[in-house]
Amino acid sequence: MASITYKNASCIYEGSDKLAVDSLNLDIKDGEFIVLVGPSGSGKSTALRMLAGLEDIDEGAIEIGGKDMTGVPSKDRDIAMVFQNYALYPNKTVAENMGFALKLRGVPADERRRKVEEAAKILDLTEYLDRKPAKLSGGQRQRVAMGRAIVREPQVFCMDEPLSNLDAKLRVQTRTQIAALQRRLGTTTVYVTHDQVEAMTMGDRVAVLKFGKLQQFASPSELYDRPANAFVAGFIGSPAMNLITVPVTADGVQVGSSPMKLEREQRGLIGDLKEVTVGVRPESLELTTDPDGIEVTVDLVEDLGSEAYVYTHASGGVELVARSNPRTAPKLGDTVRLSRNADAVVHLFHPVSGERLG
Amino acid sequence: MTATLESGVAAKKKPRKFSPWGVVAWIAAIGFFFPVFWMVLTAFKQEGDAATSPPKLFFTPTLDQFGAVFDQGIGPSMLNSLFATGMSTLLVLLLGVPAAFALSLRPVRKTQDALFFFMSTKMLPIVAAILPLYVIVSNIGLLDNIWALVILYTAMNLPIAVWMMRSFFLEVPGELLEAASLDGASLWRSVREVILPLVSPGIAATALICVIFAWNEFFFAVNLTAVNAQTMPVYLVGFIAGEGQYWAVLSAAATMSALPVILCGWFAQNKLVRGLSFGAIK
Repeated sequence: MASITYKNASCIYEGSDKLAVDSLNLDIKDGEFIVLVGPSGSGKSTALRMLAGLEDIDEGAIEIGGKDMTGVPSKDRDIAMVFQNYALYPNKTVAENMGFALKLRGVPADERRRKVEEAAKILDLTEYLDRKPAKLSGGQRQRVAMGRAIVREPQVFCMDEPLSNLDAKLRVQTRTQIAALQRRLGTTTVYVTHDQVEAMTMGDRVAVLKFGKLQQFASPSELYDRPANAFVAGFIGSPAMNLITVPVTADGVQVGSSPMKLEREQRGLIGDLKEVTVGVRPESLELTTDPDGIEVTVDLVEDLGSEAYVYTHASGGVELVARSNPRTAPKLGDTVRLSRNADAVVHLFHPVSGERLG
Repeated sequence: MTATLESGVAAKKKPRKFSPWGVVAWIAAIGFFFPVFWMVLTAFKQEGDAATSPPKLFFTPTLDQFGAVFDQGIGPSMLNSLFATGMSTLLVLLLGVPAAFALSLRPVRKTQDALFFFMSTKMLPIVAAILPLYVIVSNIGLLDNIWALVILYTAMNLPIAVWMMRSFFLEVPGELLEAASLDGASLWRSVREVILPLVSPGIAATALICVIFAWNEFFFAVNLTAVNAQTMPVYLVGFIAGEGQYWAVLSAAATMSALPVILCGWFAQNKLVRGLSFGAIK
């Protein structure tokens, strides 16, 4: 177990002039579960592979437990990794797969067997120990990959989208299992995913990356409540936050044909900008009969059973999504009015840079 | 219970349907196999039976011709061929496996150029190079020496072997190497314990191809060897020239020269058929 520090760590791929990871700074405490999240090409996997020693640290440094890992080969870093495709050794049995690292370290056979059986018990793999990976289901392979990692009791777990090859139901199940297992073992974990739901539900803290640059590194609730910029605001939360760039008026903004008032304090943050990007989550908007509401036309209604999402556009093409009761949801083409509900939060971002205002 | 099981098995059998392609396949198969069958059959005949027209299908088999082949000194040629084939194949694998690994899983700089270079060595017809080769072999004093053939067969098979094995190595996911290195394995250990077991069917297939090519090679052998280093193909040709009328003894010699390759194929069969099964990764 150890803390991890990324110090201006950068990585550039050969033949490319863009940094895959651009001076990343992260301070990860001992025992923390950190999720790196971002769209494809954001450098999240590269950042993880730099930690594991599978990519070079071209600039800056990465420290594990206070020791600089630059130039240290992965086999000497005491890191266990769970790969997206599991990378199980096809010619070895489940037990051999899980015990390979111990064997390489010269752990005697009986102790090895004991540790493997212990891990197998935790992961419900005991009856499969003598099978080859090809004879296992996807979920079982995933657990073997986890088992291979935990048997070693490493300083750090690295997980590179370990759930993306599972079907939706199993993914949700395994998600909670992994999080619970990590809490129990207390091993510092860096987890990469493109799925913001995984990031929100699993991580103690989440680092959002885009184009190799860190956007925000904070707890899930802070990411949700106070996104640092428009990208994080749009990335975290499902369905995504409404982000509309609209003209500024004297006491608020103009959405299509309807004015939208802002609190004085928030209006002050905008200053003398002509336009501003307003962010409102769909769950903060509701259908209303109030004539002051924003007038919109319904494009699509997504009924999820417990709730419905109404996709709409205001005149001028500004698109807004609102949550609604599925029983009273409007129909396609209806003209309705939207208003903010009581505890709605309005986020304001700079229209060009996307940085949070206030 | 038994009844349902049986009916289950019966239901799985497809009804036999006549297919014209089946007939074509059989004709082709018999067409390919017949000369071999005829050669083996003739090898067990007396010279008198072998020369009849129309040919005899039923006769009293004899091992006389095989005895005659041994009496006429097939031994040294057989040993030469075995040595040249075995040694060159061994060298090809020793040099080719690391090369294929470097050109697939651990791509080095200029991989494409290296691959093209390997292929380009096969573009020049051997006939065009035989004179300089002869001069070189003669100057280093390896004329009629089996090591000349070992070196040439190694050089001849190496490009094909590297290309072939590279395609097998490419099937192995690179993540396996990464996983092994994170598990604490050195490169050598991960190659030996993780990669080689997976590509062994491919290596066996490659080795078989090398054995076949080296065993059947005639052009180098006929030009660069005489008595001491003579190989089986050259020995066989000697038979035709000297004893052209004796079909049975020639067939016996030819059968014996074909035997080692068939045996190799038989042993490699298991590995070849098993193929590459990466069920766990894909």
